[in-house]
Amino acid sequence: MDLTTASMLEIADAVRQKKVSAKEVASHYMNRIKTLDPKLNSFITVNDKALDEATLIDQKIAKGEEVGIFAGVPFGIKDMFCTKGLKTTAASKILGNFVPPYDATVVARLKKAGIVVMGKLNLDEFAMGSSNETSAFGGVKNPWNLDHVPGGSSGGSAAAQAARLVAGTVGTDTGGSIRQPASFCGIVGVKPTYGRVSRYGIVSYASSLDQAGPMVSTVRDAAASLTVMSGRDERDATTSEKDVPDFNKNLNSNVKGMKIGILKEYMAGGLDPDVQKTVEKSIETLKQAGAEIVEVSVPLTEHAVPIYYLIATSEASSNLARYDGVKYGYRADYGAHGAEDLDAFYSKTRGEGFGKEVKRRIMLGTYCLSSGYYDAYYSKSCQVRGLLKNQFDDAFKKCDVILSPVSTHPAFKAGERISDPLAMYLNDIYTVSTNLAGLPGMSVPFGMSSSKLPIGVQITAGHFEEQKMLNVALALEEASSVKGEKPHVI
Amino acid sequence: MIDPKTIAHIAKLARLEVGAEEAAKYSEELSKALQYFEQIAKVDTKGVEPLLTPSEIVPFWREDEARRDHSAEEMTANAPEKMGNLFKVPPVV
Repeated sequence: MDLTTASMLEIADAVRQKKVSAKEVASHYMNRIKTLDPKLNSFITVNDKALDEATLIDQKIAKGEEVGIFAGVPFGIKDMFCTKGLKTTAASKILGNFVPPYDATVVARLKKAGIVVMGKLNLDEFAMGSSNETSAFGGVKNPWNLDHVPGGSSGGSAAAQAARLVAGTVGTDTGGSIRQPASFCGIVGVKPTYGRVSRYGIVSYASSLDQAGPMVSTVRDAAASLTVMSGRDERDATTSEKDVPDFNKNLNSNVKGMKIGILKEYMAGGLDPDVQKTVEKSIETLKQAGAEIVEVSVPLTEHAVPIYYLIATSEASSNLARYDGVKYGYRADYGAHGAEDLDAFYSKTRGEGFGKEVKRRIMLGTYCLSSGYYDAYYSKSCQVRGLLKNQFDDAFKKCDVILSPVSTHPAFKAGERISDPLAMYLNDIYTVSTNLAGLPGMSVPFGMSSSKLPIGVQITAGHFEEQKMLNVALALEEASSVKGEKPHVI
Repeated sequence: MIDPKTIAHIAKLARLEVGAEEAAKYSEELSKALQYFEQIAKVDTKGVEPLLTPSEIVPFWREDEARRDHSAEEMTANAPEKMGNLFKVPPVV
């Protein structure tokens, strides 16, 4: 078995059968991180106890004790999840050297399944960005072409996974932060239905939109990871009581008779020709496999970017009020004689601790929620959001899944869009609606651009219909042009 | 148009120290974004209930019992300044 290209499930099988020890696997990946990450900057923190943690798994196996389905799988965690005893920064100076006293539920569940945490992965500061360029720890490079961005906000997860510095990663998605970097880096990224996965212990950005999900190399690994991560958590009241199916066991690439919806509004133009070709080829592939193609329409997607940014920044301005320099994180130097007043102390700490894009979003959100503007911006957006969700519900009466582009273009060059915030926001045009409507969505690698960058296809399903989405992804994975291609750094 | 005076007001509400140069930039950028976002006014939302969260939430209850998951030392370990197990804040008089 080639450890660098093996799937999570293959590695875990080999570890359980003692064909390779968890410690050997962990040191293989630790060497890759040490050699290759200086080129990519995908890690913020490397877990220096990873090899010891792998040894504990080997000891359990030696004693015949139960180990989980991901026994000994080297795993990277987006630095947005709290990890007990391991620094968690959200790529912000304001969290400074914050070391959480507990694990996020997602992390706890993955650890119980046997993963070995190799470290914490870079992201846009507080997950606010679409290129990973807003991180206080510097940008991440795309392993397929180092001049290009890996996407964002889960850019570190996507880059580390594509370059196989780990065997699996987990990200968060508020408006496309799993799917867009997955597409840019040629990996599989899943944003589950809102309420499927617990948000406990995840740094909050926009609570009604945030969801965590796997960013991995294969659809099977994604399905298995999602099963582990999902389900009711008494520490997050928004988690669903719905049963969690064994997504991997139920995986089936037979799409015969399935209805694949093509969203009229998303194919209307403005697409890069390579992206257009990739989506068309994916439609053709499913048609050949016996699926029925139907056109559907969700006219309000036209307004999705405005309502997304108005709602997300409003929620963010409230969520980020907690960073005040009192209980944890960065505190501004207030001098020997004390602060002028408490507000000045908070303002200085926050002014120095947050980066530009985060401040911009806090300002926008505060404005939307302020007296005199609340109804026109926040309330109005929530009303349009309700109508948008209804239109999606109607569309899913006509089809099983919707197939679409993830992004208008393949990965763009670093520095190309960062100076124009609005242009950057418009990157998210095909991904934000999924979060607004609470739907599950994913990106599966399918095409290659003429300049050898991977292109993903987005599959969106109705609420709690992740299985349908994963099944279609499996069918596409089997016909993917990204298979057999390798990132530049591997 | 969000003028620099409004920016100063918003920055105060958000407890963010914003310098003059930064304020001028925010004024320009936020005005541009909001101008684009104004398009939502076109959507007829008369009588529509605002959607605050996308999934149906079934509330669940637990006994109101104290749990001792963490010690005071653990919970104050990240404090920028502390005295014993108490958070220390700057004098503000």
